Amino acid sequence: MVLFIIFCPIMAAILIMAGAPARKTALAGSILAFAAALFLLVSFDRVQHDFQHVTSFTISPEWHLSFTTGIDGLSLVMILLATIVTLAAIWFAGTIERYESAFYACLLFISGGAIGAFASIDLFFFYAFHELALIPTFLLIGIWGSGNRVAAAWKITIYLAIGSFILLLGLILLYQSFPASTRSLDIRALTAAAALGQIGADAQRHVYLLLLIGFGILISLFPFHTWAPEAYASAPAPAAMLHAGVLKKFGLYGLLRLALPLLPEGSRHWAGLLVVLLLGNIIYVGLVTIAQKRLDWMLGYSSVMHMGYIFLGVASATILSTTGAVVLMFAHGLSIALLFALAGELRKRTDTLVFDELGGLAKVMPFASLAFGFGVFAAIGLPGLANFAGEIMIFFGAFKNGWEMDRFHIFQIATVLALWGVVISTVYMLRAYRKTFMGALSDRWKEIVDLRFSLRLPIVVLIGALLCYGFFPQSLVQTVAPVLRTYLTEQHPPSASTQRGGNNIQQIAWR
Amino acid sequence: MTMITAPELEIAVLVLGMAILLVEAFAAKIDKRVLAFVGIAGLALVLVASFFVTPGSSTSQATGFWSFYTADRLSIFFKQFSLVTTIFVLILMTDYAPVLRSSFPGATLQAGLGEFFALPIFTCVGLMYLVSAIDFVFIFVSLELVTISFYVLVSFTRRNPITLEAGTKYLVLSALSTAFLVYGIAWIFGVTGQTNLQQIADALANPATDRNAALFGMVLILVALGFKIAAVPFQIWVPDVYQGAPTPVTAYLSVGSKAAGFVVLLRVLEPFLALPQTQRLIVVIALLTLIYGNLAALPQANLKRLLAYSSIAHAGYLLIGVACFDASAIGFYLVAYLLMTLLSFAVLIIVAQQTGEQIDDFDGLAKRSPFLAFAMLIGMISLAGVPFTAGFLGKFFIFYAAILQHQTALVVTGVITVGCGFYYYLKVIRAMYWQSSARVDKIPVNGLSRLAISALIIATIWLGVYPQPILDALKR
Repeated sequence: MVLFIIFCPIMAAILIMAGAPARKTALAGSILAFAAALFLLVSFDRVQHDFQHVTSFTISPEWHLSFTTGIDGLSLVMILLATIVTLAAIWFAGTIERYESAFYACLLFISGGAIGAFASIDLFFFYAFHELALIPTFLLIGIWGSGNRVAAAWKITIYLAIGSFILLLGLILLYQSFPASTRSLDIRALTAAAALGQIGADAQRHVYLLLLIGFGILISLFPFHTWAPEAYASAPAPAAMLHAGVLKKFGLYGLLRLALPLLPEGSRHWAGLLVVLLLGNIIYVGLVTIAQKRLDWMLGYSSVMHMGYIFLGVASATILSTTGAVVLMFAHGLSIALLFALAGELRKRTDTLVFDELGGLAKVMPFASLAFGFGVFAAIGLPGLANFAGEIMIFFGAFKNGWEMDRFHIFQIATVLALWGVVISTVYMLRAYRKTFMGALSDRWKEIVDLRFSLRLPIVVLIGALLCYGFFPQSLVQTVAPVLRTYLTEQHPPSASTQRGGNNIQQIAWR
Repeated sequence: MTMITAPELEIAVLVLGMAILLVEAFAAKIDKRVLAFVGIAGLALVLVASFFVTPGSSTSQATGFWSFYTADRLSIFFKQFSLVTTIFVLILMTDYAPVLRSSFPGATLQAGLGEFFALPIFTCVGLMYLVSAIDFVFIFVSLELVTISFYVLVSFTRRNPITLEAGTKYLVLSALSTAFLVYGIAWIFGVTGQTNLQQIADALANPATDRNAALFGMVLILVALGFKIAAVPFQIWVPDVYQGAPTPVTAYLSVGSKAAGFVVLLRVLEPFLALPQTQRLIVVIALLTLIYGNLAALPQANLKRLLAYSSIAHAGYLLIGVACFDASAIGFYLVAYLLMTLLSFAVLIIVAQQTGEQIDDFDGLAKRSPFLAFAMLIGMISLAGVPFTAGFLGKFFIFYAAILQHQTALVVTGVITVGCGFYYYLKVIRAMYWQSSARVDKIPVNGLSRLAISALIIATIWLGVYPQPILDALKR
């Protein structure tokens, strides 16, 4: 079943390249993948914290290399996100004038690569699948992009290529830090070996730093973020949806999957550095976002900024905050995809996304403005939308980390500063909404029509998922928490992770 | 079934080459391309036969023929490598034949084609002997067999002044490097009294031997082999010769000649590994080669020249493997390099006849021939090192060996230069897919080339996912 989800988009892409009708095949592939993901969600055994639906093909016995796929709660949530966003992105793409089949094939390769990376238990394929997106992204921005597409395409490709080779070095070093008898590319075997303390503290620090930089470039961690706003502003909307919504989350997923169970000492050692960098994401990039004068750039920067919250959840490494990080990854993926999709539709109609030229569009595009409003409120973190659940769990969890009665630990300071980020994002998001949809309607935009019915469907799916998991975050939490609990309790004494009850969110998490 | 021994393979190829030359001389009426097809078929037969050869093990006690010729697994593997390369080069040559004709104004339609198809077969014999050579005398002789047939091939379209320049450069600099080789061999012979590599190793283990003099001889040999593998600072000839030579010959130079150079390098360095200076020297050469090859490739606008610089860059990655002395990593990298380089050259030859060799000439190729554009895409991403292609796994094994030996400088430089590589290889992809061109007519691809290119694409992706067959073959 997992293999089916991975190869649905990839097979669809190959069929399209071989000459099948592009849009129909792509839609069929993404609908099938989404349906299969829903089936997995329903049939998933939440009690078990091991990998399920595991299939394995041996490739190289001497390297312990095998094509092994399977899902646990963490990867299930990410695959669900990937299939939802893929479906929305493909649906939104519509008719393409130039090289239509190449366009859809590229989108499907990004999607298949991301799903494959989330579902791989083998380190080699975990790495290799995420790289599948590199060349399609280059082509998508280069051929169908807008604005300064040439510079943006080069920048994202070179940045991510170097980042991924740094990541590769980290993974090789990780593999070599285990004693020769337990060396394996199987993440399960590595996790078991690491739980026995087979990876030295020094090695953990080195590997963690390499992984942090390698993944950090992909996640656009400050100060490696400069490629992101430019690339997302230039990319065609479906590409930006997939890249910002899904692929970027792979970096965070990688940190949770590898750094948390394998490198606890490494993450403790570099926690201070990571907190400073993530505050750079939240405060510095947040202020930069306020200064933006174009909607697409503003969205690009805001997606960079929100990575800071998720990093806070990952860095503080409590069960509550990491679970919150996963919930926010899921929610942010949906909300940023929603916003990029609408911005892309706006661009098609107005040919400009400069705030000063827009305004009053709510009169001609009531549906779009309502949907954009949902996206804006989700991004700010209003209760009722999934982002809120994630953010509040991160803040509570991070504040709790290292808590002592008489002094402020670095994580408390970080949480307090990060809370100001919410204010910053309120400022830029509401300002963008007002400048785009409120105010007087210029004569130029009188003729604009609202979204067609067929385009409203994917929007409704995205908003529906946001609302659904906003009101019932428990279902996500219950899927993810068992995995993270095993990761975090294997090193810590149980008393540190068992939280005293007291607020609702914690009770949700521990039920 | 009678057993086949390794030397019979070379004899068979030699006979094939002679036969083609004789037919060429006496049957003037036939279409000369038939000779190429006969050559391809004959080499394919030898390739099949080579899988039935049982590898032997080289020992220092071997006498007579076996004291300078080894049939170990590595050599059998690289004999097959040479055969495959030559088969593909002959296929490329049949595509290139029209260009060759047009470069002989006034001559008959088929002038020179016969030798053009026969010479690579003799080069192939030289390569096959070279990878088996374990004695300096034999190394020298087989290296000359390779080099002399390349003298002719490089300057084959001699009416073209650029080709003539390339031929002269190659001739002079190769002769110079040969002189270094002979001088180095003389020094080592003078110190150890031996030409057999195993016996040299034994002699060097003896504390009475003058190690400095032996090291000096080794450095001289390294200079000579540096010419063959295009390592900095002995790479000066590469861009001009690669650009000027007929394109199939360029492909042959960059794959066959380079691979043989690396096999010899591994064999020659083995006795000197005990000396710590050797590794340091190789590390420095590798660093220089990586940096020079990649930086110089960045501004290139001519694809053939770009591939020349990229071949220097790849020599740098291979030298990382040499510095870590990991024969199987080098072997895998060479196989990957063979596939992706021949793939790129195959597309280049076909497209260059329609438009030209500049990167701009590839503008809009995706519209004119989606098949060729896709083939070039696979070649380029494999050269750059994107996963699920053979080129990525090649880099993976090399970096793995380097990290295992804590070669931090090599690893850091390697990662930065990989970033450069992405830039210049993607420039080609950019031309094919982003840019549009005024010409929209389709580019014809004949059946044999289509087959060869498809085989190379499939092999590149197949080995990128399932490398085990090559890893098994390379186990000592």
